[in-house]
Amino acid sequence: MLTFTKTFYLKDKQHQINPDTWIKNYADYMYNYTIQRVNNHEKAQDIVQDTFLAALKAKANYKGEASERTWLIAILKRKIIDYYRKSNSKKGKAEVRMNYINTDEQEGDWLEERVADHKGNNTDFDLDNDDLSQTLEDCIDNLPVKQATVFRMKTLQEMESQDICNELDISSSNLWVIIHRARVQLMECMEINWYN
Amino acid sequence: MSNKNIKKGFISCHEAGNICDRSQYKESSLWERIKLEMHILWCVKCNAYVKKNSMLSKLLKTHADEHSTHHLPKEKKEELEELIKSEK
Repeated sequence: MLTFTKTFYLKDKQHQINPDTWIKNYADYMYNYTIQRVNNHEKAQDIVQDTFLAALKAKANYKGEASERTWLIAILKRKIIDYYRKSNSKKGKAEVRMNYINTDEQEGDWLEERVADHKGNNTDFDLDNDDLSQTLEDCIDNLPVKQATVFRMKTLQEMESQDICNELDISSSNLWVIIHRARVQLMECMEINWYN
Repeated sequence: MSNKNIKKGFISCHEAGNICDRSQYKESSLWERIKLEMHILWCVKCNAYVKKNSMLSKLLKTHADEHSTHHLPKEKKEELEELIKSEK
């Protein structure tokens, strides 16, 4: 019964494909996804690029059953696996990779420190995060296009309200109405697909 | 209490919802939050909304911590956009 509700709720929308919005909507998400698994900024960029190219070629096969993002991530996963196959065959053996990210300002910080910082406030949300992200993104994708765009800009890209209003040519009160509607829908969607 | 005072201290559910939304982005004033707190003392519906809304914010934050720590460099994004345009 629950599975039925879930499938029903998330699939009542026919998804469209539009390569022009890929970079804006998914590039950062895919880049993060890749870095967590590949742990090399340059390689991650290459993999994301390969994914977009592969997606363009496979565009005709997209049936609109899954959301654009889910579909892109599916291709990305394959590309990441390909990358590991190649690097392993070169070296002839598997290599243990730690998720140790080296950026300029954090050089020398070990994994434990980063993790502690991360989870500090979220002890009561010790859940499978990948699944959480998946559900959240699915729910956001399921919003009407305009709500999803505004919500992403405001919440995930943390843009200033004024900048969003200017870019989309909407008034401030209009912005908050859109955000309100998006949040109400998201709460409902999360309640059905996450808490149950 | 005169009508004016009532207007000052008490807010409608509509306004409460708006303050609650803005609070999720830290864009509400202290006085607004006090008014909201007073409102949800007696308004069951808004109380539930505030709880759900902050729960959603927590989930979103967990999500953002996981997935928004890195940004693809701007030049790379532009390069990719060009690439997509030419390949389309």
